[in-house]
Amino acid sequence: VGVLDADLCGPSLSKMIGLKGSIHSCDQGWLPLTAPLGKGRISAVSLSYLVENQDDPVIWRGPKKTAMIKQFLSDVCWGELDYLLIDTPPGTSDEHMTIMECIPGCSVVLVTSPQAVAAADVLRQVTFCKKTNAKVLGIIETMSGFVCPNCSDCGLLFGQGGGRRLAEHCNINFLGSIPIDPNLSRALDKGELLQNLSSSPSAQSYCDIAKLLTKT
Amino acid sequence: TGKFITDTSPSDVAIALSKVKHKILVLSGKGGVGKSTVTAQIARNLAARDYSVGVVDVDVCGPSLARILGVNGQSVHKSSNGWSPVYTLDDIAVMSIDFLLGSEEDAVIWRGAKKNGMIKEFLTSVDWGELDYLVMDTPPGTSDEHLAIVSLLKQSKVSGCVLVSTPQ
Repeated sequence: VGVLDADLCGPSLSKMIGLKGSIHSCDQGWLPLTAPLGKGRISAVSLSYLVENQDDPVIWRGPKKTAMIKQFLSDVCWGELDYLLIDTPPGTSDEHMTIMECIPGCSVVLVTSPQAVAAADVLRQVTFCKKTNAKVLGIIETMSGFVCPNCSDCGLLFGQGGGRRLAEHCNINFLGSIPIDPNLSRALDKGELLQNLSSSPSAQSYCDIAKLLTKT
Repeated sequence: TGKFITDTSPSDVAIALSKVKHKILVLSGKGGVGKSTVTAQIARNLAARDYSVGVVDVDVCGPSLARILGVNGQSVHKSSNGWSPVYTLDDIAVMSIDFLLGSEEDAVIWRGAKKNGMIKEFLTSVDWGELDYLVMDTPPGTSDEHLAIVSLLKQSKVSGCVLVSTPQ
């Protein structure tokens, strides 16, 4: 699996994936950071791997972001990949337009939280997908409630059902919902894998969604 | 609108906002942390203290502020004095691209330069009247919109920025 972080101003993926280092180039192009994982491997490309100081802001206008993304898509020696996952920033702007131009008919997974305010933005993203002929695989709802570890009561912190309603309204598959899990958040902040999957409903939901995606 | 940022734009903005006493930017860099919620709640609390408050949503791709303030889907018109903002029930003046879009499904699929033109329009051509506070919501990131706002406001004595994050 390759992962490409196209959110140049806020490249969070590299921290969460847990791969650290710098990217080097060879004759054929840039070499992603690669590590074995389970029975397979993960390769990653991010602006984080190209900058010296992780705390420096990336203050780039559209054309420079577009040029960088085009390089990420055409100049990286990914090798053979089963999947390339591309993380994007919020919005429907330069980065998104560039990716759809470079990868016509790209498959898309949409992410929302249950809140109507979030679903409203994702509805506009659905329009973007239609206009750019993206193949929408489905919608994932995150922040879908919090199960208290002490009393097992589920608090719907951001409301309920926004993702499923959006999927029904747009006639798109609802891939699943992910509850808030402090253990998973903590692990992602450290770039670690959760050791005990069965203790985390969130990690289990992601597992199920990934399995669904292998069938599309 | 097709208007771009020129050398005279900062002074145009300063003149347009000369009757606004305090201008505050709400920034984050990160998406989904609650910038629009913070903007709305600050505006509401200021209005409750009897200040005259305006808010402008410069996040043209994800204009959440209008919905949070309960005025999404309303329309605006432009007179010789500029765009008339929409007023909430607690008298907050609001300007957002939400009011210019035909339906809630319309997407603003614009590259950076075009977004800058809209931001300039929002800062130069809204008939705010006299305001104690203008609170400006921004999109995530550090890109075209942010460079545009900073450049457009450089002659306008901005009070400062509020930064928003989550604990993660």
